[in-house]
Amino acid sequence: MEALLASAIGLLTAVGIYLMLRQRTFSVILGLTFLSYAVNLFLFASGRLAVNAAPIIGLTKPYADPLPQALVLTAIVISFGMTAVIMIMAIGGYLSAGHDRIDLDRGADE
Amino acid sequence: MNHWIIAPVVLPAFVAAVMVIMLRGQLGLQRIASLAAILALNAIALALLWSAATRGPEAYFLGDWPAPFGIVLVLDQLSALMVALLAALALICALYAIGSGWDARGAHFHPLLMFLLMGIAGAFLTGDAFNLFVFFEVLLIASYGLMIHGGGPARTRAGIQYIAFNLIGSSLFLFGLALLYGVTGTLNMADLAIKLPALPEGDQALLRVTAVMLILVFAIKGALVPLQFWLPGTYANAPGVVAAMFAVMTKIGAYATLRFGSLVFPPDLAATGPLLQELIQPAALVTLAVGAVGVLGATTLPRLAAFGGIASMGTVFLAISAFTPQSSAAALYYILHSTLATAALFLVADLVARRRAHVRLTDTAACAQTGLIGALFMAAAVAIAGMPPLSGFIGKLLILDAFRDQAPLVWSAILVSSFLMILGLARAGSQLFWKPVPDSPPVRPGPEPLAFAAAILALAGLAALTIFAGPVTAALNATAQSLYDAQAYLAATRLGGTP
Repeated sequence: MEALLASAIGLLTAVGIYLMLRQRTFSVILGLTFLSYAVNLFLFASGRLAVNAAPIIGLTKPYADPLPQALVLTAIVISFGMTAVIMIMAIGGYLSAGHDRIDLDRGADE
Repeated sequence: MNHWIIAPVVLPAFVAAVMVIMLRGQLGLQRIASLAAILALNAIALALLWSAATRGPEAYFLGDWPAPFGIVLVLDQLSALMVALLAALALICALYAIGSGWDARGAHFHPLLMFLLMGIAGAFLTGDAFNLFVFFEVLLIASYGLMIHGGGPARTRAGIQYIAFNLIGSSLFLFGLALLYGVTGTLNMADLAIKLPALPEGDQALLRVTAVMLILVFAIKGALVPLQFWLPGTYANAPGVVAAMFAVMTKIGAYATLRFGSLVFPPDLAATGPLLQELIQPAALVTLAVGAVGVLGATTLPRLAAFGGIASMGTVFLAISAFTPQSSAAALYYILHSTLATAALFLVADLVARRRAHVRLTDTAACAQTGLIGALFMAAAVAIAGMPPLSGFIGKLLILDAFRDQAPLVWSAILVSSFLMILGLARAGSQLFWKPVPDSPPVRPGPEPLAFAAAILALAGLAALTIFAGPVTAALNATAQSLYDAQAYLAATRLGGTP
């Protein structure tokens, strides 16, 4: 199971980085989403993998570490919110500029 | 337990909520509430600074859960100093936003500013690494709103870049935190400081990877080369007053590097050793060079200010990279100086930009009120380049003094980059104020006494920093000493150490 999870995290990260290097905001946002999936799994695995174990002492033996589960919940909520923000921004940028290239025009701030 | 420690986080959050729910659309009342909250924040920050200096570090246990099971906020001299700096800058920026009417150009300027203050104050005060991540996100999401305040296609698209960079940075931060938790089983900074020296041999390579990942995250925040490229586009496209407020956000990267490099990964930790120093110092030198060359080659006034900010971050990180009490004290002085100086330069740039046909550094009609604004630009330029008589000169002297043993490299980098910045700023200043071409009528906004007062207040802060350099450096030396003697910090969290 460790090998499966590790390769899944690696694959998600690779897909995320590949998509992030594209020039369109839509691909970049997809890439960021993949990267956040990878990091959520990684964060979850930092408390060690335990099958059929409750995150409460005394119910099962061995028990699962509850803290990474709490951390990953926080991370999921935050990355979800941030994805929503960048999505809105991307739509706004597309509507106002007429294209969705991620790079800035030369001298855009002039 | 001293409940005032959490006030810099709770007060802005409460005021922001009140503004959004009860004062929606009432700009006058929002301005009053914002100024009142920031004045209260200033008073609280000064009281906390006094308390930290006289009574030593103090921890605030949220929900009264003991560390490391609950989240702790820790007030020590460094965090109190940074909160005080934040409060002072917030006052300047709020006055400028009100005086120049920036806050009326879009909805929710003041609530977003309050949430930004909440996030930054929390990031400075927290004693828990995951909580640091959460406060980073709070301040970032407020900064996204502020960055695109006022709207416009260029600003929106620069905002997308800014958000994307920071999302990548947040993912990297989470990877680093997950590794740290996987290796040690804790994310409380004081607990980490206790557990890391006893780490088994086999986990030390993982810890080094963690340290590098966290430093990368802080380097993104602090705009350290090669992770600085988000900053010019963001700051140059953000509203001038927001860019001035963001001057303290790069300092969060510097603060976090200093905190982790002295408490969690101190230079005498076997696993990391001089790793941080060896990574940060070359990067800081290149940052300084990039900033100086950028100032010399900037085509627009906001870009000039942004590259001035990058150069000052290079200087700050250079001073931090030695991780000794003396160099850290110099870094703290330069953090105080460069925050106010960068903010002053952005505010003056905004004053010019709203009186000129465009912000390009090319011939055009002179701006209205050339004399006063020119004098302000001169003072801000002197400050950011680090020339006497303002405090940048003293800060650079302190840093030069701390790097006596590496004089050929560090001294020449600082002195040559200062020279390049002087050249660039002088060129920009003469172009802006001495070469008017009467091709179009000058833009004349109404009188803005409050905006001018805010810019002058920032410069007055620099003057005060120069006049009171003696007492300030003495206090900063004590602060830096306390960073490298973590016993009192650990004792405050009741995890170990001797008070």
